[in-house]
Amino acid sequence: MERVVLSESSVPAFPRGVKFRFNNAKQQWVILAPERLLEPDETAVTVLKLVDGQRTLGGVIDALMAMITIDPPPRDVVATDVVAMLQDLADKAFLIDAAKVPQKAAAR
Amino acid sequence: MNVRVEPPLALLAELSHRCPLQCPYCSNPLELERSGKELDTKTWTRILDEAAAMGMHQVHFSGGEPTVRKDLEQLVEHATKVGLYTNLITSGVLLDEKRLRALADRGLEHVQVSFQDTEEANADRIAGFKGHQKKLEVARLVRKIGLPLTVNAVVHRQNIDHVPDFLEMAVELGAERIEIAQVQYYGWALKNRAAFIPTYEQLQRTTKVVEEARKRLKGVLVIDYVVPDYYAKRPKTCMGGWARRFLNISPAGKVLPCHAAESIPNLAFDSVHEHSLQWIWDNSVAFNKYRGTDWMPEPCKSCDRKEIDWGGCRCQAYALAGDAGTVDPACELSPLHEAIFGLAMKEASAEAPEFIYRRIGTDETPDAPVFGHREPAE
Repeated sequence: MERVVLSESSVPAFPRGVKFRFNNAKQQWVILAPERLLEPDETAVTVLKLVDGQRTLGGVIDALMAMITIDPPPRDVVATDVVAMLQDLADKAFLIDAAKVPQKAAAR
Repeated sequence: MNVRVEPPLALLAELSHRCPLQCPYCSNPLELERSGKELDTKTWTRILDEAAAMGMHQVHFSGGEPTVRKDLEQLVEHATKVGLYTNLITSGVLLDEKRLRALADRGLEHVQVSFQDTEEANADRIAGFKGHQKKLEVARLVRKIGLPLTVNAVVHRQNIDHVPDFLEMAVELGAERIEIAQVQYYGWALKNRAAFIPTYEQLQRTTKVVEEARKRLKGVLVIDYVVPDYYAKRPKTCMGGWARRFLNISPAGKVLPCHAAESIPNLAFDSVHEHSLQWIWDNSVAFNKYRGTDWMPEPCKSCDRKEIDWGGCRCQAYALAGDAGTVDPACELSPLHEAIFGLAMKEASAEAPEFIYRRIGTDETPDAPVFGHREPAE
C-alpha cells in the first residue's frame, strides 16, 4: 500500500468499510469507519456530499464554487481548503483515490 | 439532576464469553457467564433494533469469541438492515473463507483480528492455544475478500520489544489499522499484572518506534497507541467518559457502561430482560452515578481537563485505590500516582511469574494488592 496523495485530478471516494451516512434518529451526518467515527461539520458535509466516486477533486471544487452565490472567494482559496481537508481524511484511511486504486468504491 | 442524555455512539455486543483462547489478560470478568445464560437470537435482534432507534451508529460484535455464535450471520444481517455499521472483533481461530464471505455478504464492514505476538511459539504460549498460524491465514482472507482489517497487537513486557515486527506484519497483511494495545489491568490482567507490565525503558523505546513509524507509514497504516496507565501522566479518557459514549451488553444481557464495570462492587446493573436500552441509558443508577462531572471529587472537580478525560477510569480507581469514586491513580494529581509508578517499575524488573490462564470456573487466586483500602460492601 502507498499513501494516497490527492490532487485535483484525483477521484476521491469512500473505500469499502467507510460509510458517509445520515443518521435519522440523530438528524446528523457521520462518517463511519473501522472503530472510528467522525462527525463532520456543516462545511465538511457540503463537500463530502459531492464525493461520489465519480467526480474528480477538481470537479468537487467546481461544484462547490457553483453553490456559493454570494461573495464567492477565489477558487484557489477554496481549492486549498478542500484539498487539505480531503487529504487529511485520506491519511486517516477515510478516502481513497478511485482514479488510482483498483478497489471499487463503496456505494453510499 | 438529569438533563436528557445524549445517546451513545456505539454498542459493544459481547455475544459470548466462550473462547478457545485462554489469554491471561482477557478483558472479560473473572466470573465468566456460561453459555446457558447467553441471550438468544430474538433478544439480540430486538437489542439491535433499539440501538438503531436510539441513534447509535455502530455495533461491535465481541466476546469471548463472537464467532462461537452460530447466529452471527443473522445478527450482522439484522444490524445492517437497521442501519448499524458492523464490526467483528475476533481471535480469528474459528473462521474460514466460507464463513467470512457469508458475513461480508450480510453487510459486515470490518474485522479486527487479535495477535498475541509475532513469534509463533510465544504467541501460542500467551494465548494458551495453538492459533497463531490460523490467525495469519484469517487476516489474509479478510483482505482477500476486500474487507478492511485492523491488527490488534496486545503488548506487554513479554512481547513489547516486537512492536517493530508487529508494524511490519500489519503492513505485510495489508491492514489499514493497527492497535498497539497495552494490556489494561482489570480482571484477568490485574491478576497477571506482574507477568505483563513492561519496564519504563521498554515503554520509552516502544514510544519512539511508534512515533517514527507514524511518520514513515502516514497514509499507509493508521497506528493507535497509548501509554499504559501506570506510566501515564494523565489518565486515559476511559470509554469517552463513564456512560457517555458506549453501551456494553454482556452475553447474559447485563447492560454496562464498559466491559470491566462489574469489577466495581455495589453497582447494580440492569438487564435487557427487564428494561429497554433507552430506559437503562437514561435511568440506570449505576450509569448516572459517575456520569458527567457532578460526581467528581477534587482534584478532578476543579481540573481544566475534567471534560477531556472525564476523571479517567472508575474501574481502575476501584482496583488501585479501593474506591471507584476517587481520582484515577493513573493521574499524576492522584496521591497514589507515585506509588503506582513505583509498583510498575518494581514488578517489571522482577522475574515474570507464571500466567494464570483465563478459564471458566478457575478463579480461586487472590486479587492483586490494592493501595487504598476498599470500602466495605454497602
